[in-house]
Amino acid sequence: MGELAADKHVKYILAVEKRKDNFESAVLEHLRMNGAYWGLTTLDLLGKLDAVDSNEIIEWILKCQHESGGFAGNVGHDPHILYTLSAIQVLALFDKLNVLDVDKVSTYIAGLQNEDGSFSGDIWGEVDTRFSYIAICGLSILKCLDKINVERAVNYIISCRNVDGGFGCTPGGESHAGQIFCCVAALAITGALHYVDKDLLGWWLCERQVKSGGLNGRPEKLPDVCYSWWVLSSLTMIDRVHWISKEKLIKFILNCQDTENGGISDRPDDAVDIFHTYFGVAGLSLLEYPGVKAVDPAYALPVDVVDRIFFSK
Amino acid sequence: MHGRPRKPLKPVDEAAVAAKAEKLRALQSEFLSNHQNKIYSKEAVELSAKLLEINPELYTAWNYRKLAVQQNLAQCESDPESVNSILNEELKVVENALRQNFKSYGAWHHRKWVLEKGHSSMDKELGLLDKFQAMDARNFHAWNYRRFVAALMKRSDEDELEHTQNMIDKNLSNYSAWHNRSVLLSNLMKKAAPGFTNKDEVLTREYELVREALFTDEDDQSGWFYHLWLLDQTVRSEFPLLVSSWPVEGSDISLPAADYLDGCASMNVFHYSSRNFPLVLYFNQYVRGVNSSTVSVSCGFNLNADLIWRPLSSNDSQSAKVWATHLAIPDAELHSSEAYQVEVKVGFSLGIVSTTGVAYSHPSQISFQLHLQKAPLESGQDSRFGRIQWKDDCFAVYEPGSVEPDLVNLLDNLTIKNEVESTASTWQARIIDDETNIFRDLLDCKIGKLTVARLLTSYNSLRPLDKPVHCKEVLELYSELMKLDPSHYRYYKDNHSLVLLQQVTSSKESLLSRCFHYRDSTLSTNGGPLCLRLNNLAISQLGSFEKLLWVQMLDLSNNELQSIEGLEALQLLSQLCLSNNKFRSFTALESLRCLKSLKVLDISQNEIGSHSIDTTRYLFHSPLSHSVGSCDWNINYLSSKTYWEAFFVLKDMGLTQLDVAGNAITSQSFNVFLEKLLPTLKWLDGVEVN
Repeated sequence: MGELAADKHVKYILAVEKRKDNFESAVLEHLRMNGAYWGLTTLDLLGKLDAVDSNEIIEWILKCQHESGGFAGNVGHDPHILYTLSAIQVLALFDKLNVLDVDKVSTYIAGLQNEDGSFSGDIWGEVDTRFSYIAICGLSILKCLDKINVERAVNYIISCRNVDGGFGCTPGGESHAGQIFCCVAALAITGALHYVDKDLLGWWLCERQVKSGGLNGRPEKLPDVCYSWWVLSSLTMIDRVHWISKEKLIKFILNCQDTENGGISDRPDDAVDIFHTYFGVAGLSLLEYPGVKAVDPAYALPVDVVDRIFFSK
Repeated sequence: MHGRPRKPLKPVDEAAVAAKAEKLRALQSEFLSNHQNKIYSKEAVELSAKLLEINPELYTAWNYRKLAVQQNLAQCESDPESVNSILNEELKVVENALRQNFKSYGAWHHRKWVLEKGHSSMDKELGLLDKFQAMDARNFHAWNYRRFVAALMKRSDEDELEHTQNMIDKNLSNYSAWHNRSVLLSNLMKKAAPGFTNKDEVLTREYELVREALFTDEDDQSGWFYHLWLLDQTVRSEFPLLVSSWPVEGSDISLPAADYLDGCASMNVFHYSSRNFPLVLYFNQYVRGVNSSTVSVSCGFNLNADLIWRPLSSNDSQSAKVWATHLAIPDAELHSSEAYQVEVKVGFSLGIVSTTGVAYSHPSQISFQLHLQKAPLESGQDSRFGRIQWKDDCFAVYEPGSVEPDLVNLLDNLTIKNEVESTASTWQARIIDDETNIFRDLLDCKIGKLTVARLLTSYNSLRPLDKPVHCKEVLELYSELMKLDPSHYRYYKDNHSLVLLQQVTSSKESLLSRCFHYRDSTLSTNGGPLCLRLNNLAISQLGSFEKLLWVQMLDLSNNELQSIEGLEALQLLSQLCLSNNKFRSFTALESLRCLKSLKVLDISQNEIGSHSIDTTRYLFHSPLSHSVGSCDWNINYLSSKTYWEAFFVLKDMGLTQLDVAGNAITSQSFNVFLEKLLPTLKWLDGVEVN
């Protein structure tokens, strides 16, 4: 409690990157691409991206690319839109998007759009608004948003809007902070935030803050550091972040740190992991915590990385 | 990881764990090899089942199994017993996986994939769902799967609604059940299913049902959002209607001839260019289709066909609550000193429609008089003001009778009378009344106070022509909530501000008490523009714009505003003070781009440049949100991208006076940038510009 143990978290992330002999890394081997994004973005937000060998990482990323253009979670696994975005995001961090065959990747993503505007995660057809966000975010970073039918994509997202102002994974699905982040960010990137009732959703989101100061993901659930990202970024994009107590949330996040060994956990005194370390630090960034770079709430990348993509000549 | 306690590993444990990891790695490696080589032997497929039982998140294994199933189905040549056996095996693997992790997306999707083949029995699925929902009634995967199964089985919405009732009866604290109920009920009401056509009956039933949820545990949120939805369904106006307009019905306006208007000169209460006279229509909801076919403007001279109506909103969707156009009176007409009777007929032709698809079917007519005045100003009097200073001693209290009586008449007629509202059914008011009385029993807790505040506010919204009642009580309730629930202080504060503004704008007397003449020392007579001063009110959010369309000079200084969303409706605005507020970025000021008459802007003493996070970044037109055409965005104009937000807000504004001091962004280079961007600028931070 008290302060952000930035150095410890950096050490923790670097150690996890190298450790391959524990059970956890075996079980999570299939989503290493996500892990790379979480770990490396955290390093960048803490100003320590140069602590890793970018060439080694980029080499590995390209080995995960499938002939279809999509990326897998790790070498030998199947391609999926989830890992394709993480690959794009990591390359953006390193300012190495030019190693991509942009046409190939964007065609893979665009090919996953369905008639009704929704997106499948891969050729096996699971539909979820998470994938709508991923497609829109990924293609936007690659400057290829016009490869999809944006109007239909937006219409599908709106069809997943609920009476409480939130969004679910498919039409009729319950509002959940993670889905809300995906839908709000997708609408933000496509200039369609006017479809969000900011006051209604803002109230639903701000009531995620419970007495301990942490945020839960939906009513009557336990608080969890990862919601410091999903809820907070959503509130930030609709300009309602002032409806929660920033001080109390900062305290909650700091309390979830393992200040001895580094890393952040979902709740105080639980086991730490890269996922929650990233969301804790990103949450602190949105709360303007000193020493943490500003993060873009829609692209989930540092603001300077996003600005570099969109404002360079 | 979720819910795993943090503890250091003992050395003995570490070795065991390493061995376990190596074993898993070996299995995964073997599996991946089978997958690469398309090996679907019995052993290979069993290996994948074993892996999925350990790790249901291994998505490639689910893909592999689908490929194996496809191959095996092809080989068994549609023999129903074999098909069933193959598919049942998959269902078993899914069940085992779900037992490990019943939140596994891969497992649930695999089950759907199997069922979609159409060979499996559906009866078992509902039973399985009941089992899962008994274990965790909030598992959204299970609820989604239920929706999937119900569709496949063609179960009726009524039956599914009953299921939500059963879940709620078991446990009121089940947000998922309330949510699903809202989906089914919306559907049943939309298709006007039997038993769901009488809104009064349906809503009354639902209010009774959800009441218990709110009263049983005052901190349990499960019913809160459902109740709020019921409230919205109760008071939402069915019909798109015109709420207010500029000019106001029956007003009498003096229009100075073009030559005599520049800068801030004014001899009259209302001043604007005869080349650019705004007409504003304010509706009660977002509408489309306002154009010269659906709105006819007749004057002594014909100009209707050329009128272009624009939606005043921050988006490009061609829908808005506020629409505006500008009359350009031809020079040929400026010589006569006649009065022109102008008639604006709204919606006499079909075409205006709400975004929810309801046609505008209550046409209105607004009539007003225009007097052209070409008398020049008295000689010896400077036709322009010096710099506007927003100091108390520059403002003199408005004296009734000292200016044209039009202001008073105008303020009497701000709200348009709509027949359909005055004959609105009473069931809405009755429900609100009943609910208010019931919730007064809950006033000692947060949800009780909040609900009563909302109910009282809703009551006022049902009667737009009457003066709002209970404002004082509502303001008190929000003040109490600010103390009771300090984490959400700003939520209550913003709502408090909205009610405060409703109160201030609710009567002619209240508005007049806030109207002041601006008095410049260079002017001897009482001719300054009329300023509405809403400063020092501690307001954090703006509202009631429909009551303020007539405002030309507005003082909002010394408040707690961070957004001016909605201000774009005030098309007459030419002088605006936003100093000493909480504006954090130029992106928060985008509404100003719609204010073509704005000449004087004070945004000094704010927080622009102090924040690393821009909360209006995506509510603003920029390449980040793909809402700027490529021709609008000329990055080369800027020497650096440092001031891109300021560039985009200010670039087409004809400001003559700008104050930005007291913001972190200000610097010598910023001032140079501003002077270059705004060639019409005469004063910057009080200093004359060359």
